[in-house]
Amino acid sequence: MTVGIVGYGAFVPRRRIKLEEIAKVWGADAPAYKRGLQLFEKSVPGADEDTVTMSVEAARNALARSGGVDPADIGALYIGSESHPYAVKPSGTIVAEAIGAVPALHVADLEFACKAGTESLFIAQALVKAGEVKYAVGIGADTSQGAPGDALEYSAAAGAAAFIFGADEDLILAEIVDTYSWTTDTPDFWRREYMHYPRHGSRFTGEPAYFRHSMNSARGMMDKAGLEPGDFAYAIFHQPNGKFPMRVGKKLGFTNEQLETGWLSPWLGNTYSGASPIGLTAVLDIASPGDLILLTSFGSGAGSDSFVIRVTGRISEVQDLAPKTREQLDENKIYLEYGAYAKLRGKIRMAE
Amino acid sequence: MRDVAVIGIGMTSFGELWETPLRSLWAEAALAALDNAGIDSVDLVTIGCMSSGLFTGQEHLASLLADELGMAGVPATRVESACASGGLAVRAGFAEVASGLCDTVLVTGVEKMTDVDGADATYALGTAADAEWEGFHGVTFPGLYAMLARIHMQKYGTTREQLARVAVKNHANGLLNPHAQYHLKVTVQDVVNSTLVADPLCLLDCSPVTDGAAALVLTTAERAREIAGDKPVVVITGSGMATDTVTLANRADLAELGAVKLAGERAYAMARRKPEDIHLVEVHDCFTIAEIMATEALGFFNPGFGGSAVEKGLTSLQGKIPVNTSGGLKSKGHPVGATGVAQVVEIVSQLRGEAGQRQVQGAKIGMAQNMGGSGGSSVVHILEVV
Amino acid sequence: MFSPARAWREYPQRYRLEAAKCTECSKILYPPRLVCPACGGRTFTPEILPREGKVVTFTVIRVPPAGFTEQTPLPLALVELANGVRLMVQIGDVENPETLEIGMPVRLEFRRISWDGEAGVIFYGHKAVRAGS
Repeated sequence: MTVGIVGYGAFVPRRRIKLEEIAKVWGADAPAYKRGLQLFEKSVPGADEDTVTMSVEAARNALARSGGVDPADIGALYIGSESHPYAVKPSGTIVAEAIGAVPALHVADLEFACKAGTESLFIAQALVKAGEVKYAVGIGADTSQGAPGDALEYSAAAGAAAFIFGADEDLILAEIVDTYSWTTDTPDFWRREYMHYPRHGSRFTGEPAYFRHSMNSARGMMDKAGLEPGDFAYAIFHQPNGKFPMRVGKKLGFTNEQLETGWLSPWLGNTYSGASPIGLTAVLDIASPGDLILLTSFGSGAGSDSFVIRVTGRISEVQDLAPKTREQLDENKIYLEYGAYAKLRGKIRMAE
Repeated sequence: MRDVAVIGIGMTSFGELWETPLRSLWAEAALAALDNAGIDSVDLVTIGCMSSGLFTGQEHLASLLADELGMAGVPATRVESACASGGLAVRAGFAEVASGLCDTVLVTGVEKMTDVDGADATYALGTAADAEWEGFHGVTFPGLYAMLARIHMQKYGTTREQLARVAVKNHANGLLNPHAQYHLKVTVQDVVNSTLVADPLCLLDCSPVTDGAAALVLTTAERAREIAGDKPVVVITGSGMATDTVTLANRADLAELGAVKLAGERAYAMARRKPEDIHLVEVHDCFTIAEIMATEALGFFNPGFGGSAVEKGLTSLQGKIPVNTSGGLKSKGHPVGATGVAQVVEIVSQLRGEAGQRQVQGAKIGMAQNMGGSGGSSVVHILEVV
Repeated sequence: MFSPARAWREYPQRYRLEAAKCTECSKILYPPRLVCPACGGRTFTPEILPREGKVVTFTVIRVPPAGFTEQTPLPLALVELANGVRLMVQIGDVENPETLEIGMPVRLEFRRISWDGEAGVIFYGHKAVRAGS
């Protein structure tokens, strides 16, 4: 049975903060950060935006591209995020209610640092493949927080991507050809219960975590599928900053042309669970029938999911049916000063 | 239907009355009205109060307050129509006497608003809007009237300065009213430069948060004449009430206060009067735009001409139709449940010729217009000296 | 502040913009009612509101009620949707309140409307944002 994406959509908040604006508050060397991390600005959620609201808008965009999937036929919905608005109470129920998929469906919130988004995709497509459900929705979304003054503050951003999976051959716009995961226990980044900000192992997050897992996952995927980097039109990696995804891609033998379309972090920041999935939406926005796409996520802790995706002829019919990712990223931006950013991100202690 | 007269009036000073609890405020006004009427027993007490529950945590108000006067046993009724609760209490008392159900009624209005902080007061007042479909989204009363103001400005060219002139006039009148909360001269510049509350309305466009109570004694005109001897008797010749959609989204015409218009028409019809007959009017100026829209709805000016009328001085103390000689809600203060009763107190004072420095010479016919929410209800009374 | 139950029973309207269309006169009621205020009709069919409309009137609240402090200044508008239904909503993503105007095209987006402090429930619904943005 062929299983694939029948609808996809992204949501990127309109607010941005420039790296210089953060750097000046902490007396950091902005030019050096920009060179080192290849980050220029990042998205910031409004006080009224969270993982749930962005997921609803992304899912609605996915439905708009789905060729009329009846939300009532959605049998499963998963949201991967490390910033679920509630510690206890699902995000997925709110999204399912808002898109009209309730009540006959299975819902779960997933968490695996930045990999939770592709986890939801992995499980959703597998359920469809198993014949358990007709359609399944996988969402990656985050309004991630970096501690003030920490290196993460320059990258932690907000965004969401949603994918509807199905097995109707005439609705599939991109086929899931194969999947592969590579997982070990590697404590490179964590947030304990009740803590507001995460902690990380600094340079330990690099080679033993991000690079080792991403590369083994991508290589394992290509070996399993019998493919080489040159077979792909596009490759998308997790984007904790601007530098890592390009470096891991080059190490694996991919070219700038294959990597650049899904490389959004210099202007978007790291949307954690949303990062590589939003990159995939940006690729689908311009992909052509027959294109092969490699999607490789990374989540601290640590693990990496890979997907080989083949674009079908339906892609050109759906690209214009919802706001494109690059348009959301580049247009109608609202730039914030640090004070407004601190207010919106809940960094100001309010009266009880 | 029997003719109904006002034989007693009383009110507290309006303001932030930190030392006075709700029940004492009320009793002070009630006793003043009973003393003014020269009687000590009534057949019924009506009480207009919007939200003693949210403002003070006290409900079951009618019985509680009747007992406060040592009147336990006497029937007592609380009525509520948001900021028109006082006007509705007047109408309830009027109906009882007119119908013959009661001969003498103590009509009262009260609100104790300063026992909660600003945010809670804003919330309590906001419950007069549609809680589910407006309040849920964070709308406030200044916000609702600001939306009406913007429509009026767009449709008729009403200006920011014209709005300010309502406040300037009413504060000038309030200077002459010893019961007023503010004795404060303000200029157009003061108003437009005051803090923005809800664009385009500024702080000095808004009525304040106020503690206060007001009371009337109503009886039959026949009995009033017996008591009065040669003194003039003030009779309620017209009473009109109307509702409109509380939800602003469902309002047929946002540039008009439909309930005020309808209530006015009903009062005019009962009194067999028309706008040109009225010598002075107290209107519900909870916000400056409300006075402009009310004077249009009551037929004193054509739609869209309320703003220029203020600018030309037509509504000042010496104008063609003096509006809010008491200082209005703007300057006198707006203890919401008391306001509708206090408006009638002002009209009776004027018709009796007892209004002191703010007396409108030769005033024989007056009107009081009270309004709930953003125009979801309105009560209009016409009073005349006979 | 609303209780969870009070917010929950309105989810069809707040989350999915479900309205009711009068089978007699075709008037669309949002929220649904038991009787049509236009014709007195008592039978309705479900109708989902469009998410595009324009601003009929608006304000920017500077003195918010309890529960909205973090969202102040708080722009609010009466919005008329493409099918003529009007509703009160906040305007989201306003960079400069001076740019708001009557007639401005808007689109409804799913947002947090308010929240009961740090520990209470979050109330979701729709806000209007400038269309094309």
